[in-house]
Amino acid sequence: MKTITAGDPLPEREFKPDNVQLFFYNAALWNAHRIHFDYPYATEAEGYPGLVIAGPLMGDWLAQCVIEWLGDDGRLVSIEYSNRKAAFIGEVLRTGGRVLSIEPETDTVQLELFVKNAADEVITPGAATVTFAANSSDSA
Amino acid sequence: MSSLLTADLLAHIGRSAPPETGLVTRRDIRKYSIATGQRLQKYLTGDEAPPMFHIALFWDVVELDQLTPDGVSIDSLVPNFPLERAMAGGLKIEYHQPILAGDVLVATRTLTKIFEKQGSQGPLIFYEIVMKVESESGSPVLTETTTRIMR
Repeated sequence: MKTITAGDPLPEREFKPDNVQLFFYNAALWNAHRIHFDYPYATEAEGYPGLVIAGPLMGDWLAQCVIEWLGDDGRLVSIEYSNRKAAFIGEVLRTGGRVLSIEPETDTVQLELFVKNAADEVITPGAATVTFAANSSDSA
Repeated sequence: MSSLLTADLLAHIGRSAPPETGLVTRRDIRKYSIATGQRLQKYLTGDEAPPMFHIALFWDVVELDQLTPDGVSIDSLVPNFPLERAMAGGLKIEYHQPILAGDVLVATRTLTKIFEKQGSQGPLIFYEIVMKVESESGSPVLTETTTRIMR
């Protein structure tokens, strides 16, 4: 098991979502919301500067940030996020986070997560709880 | 004291949608994994589903004429609120066991809360939907809590 200290950063990852990825994502869901694929609708009817990146897609990136950091050592107990600011096709986004606290008695770690845009604004803040305890697959 | 939330609206609290059953296929996991940019082999091969896969599995499969002009499907669990502009809400998922190819899962959605708050620019309505996902035999897989804000 890795040595974990409060304040440790999680590895960052850059995302450059394009039309193809956004199309695939919404097709996998059966999501026909026009703000994700109909450029005239998104910009003229809704006044967005471009096609809107799906909120739960960014939530998934936060889960990936945690899962890849965890490796096979631990288990994701819970994750939460909120989409506070929209992002658009053409933007470069970045996921990351840090260790907030460690609870040694339960081998549980609290994480703070983010999706940031190129202006370094946190557009999707999140948090996760992970555990490194053996036999931790039962719900607490 | 609540001005916007009538007894009729509040009567929706506690209502559940009929349970949805979903078969987890390797093909659907692979599509989801590629679309979201997964890098772990267990997801890309479709053996195991990434943590947010259930969002795709249980997104409402509506017919073309059930979509509003903006392409959104109407959630029959949610009443018509007197505020119509949806703001970004939040989502929390608690995990109990992983989802694997071949699993048959059952999801039950319940409208658990409706409440009103005064925002800085007027009233806000909050509502919360809890989706419980279980295995066919009834063991818990995950619980998702979604909060949405109307202004």
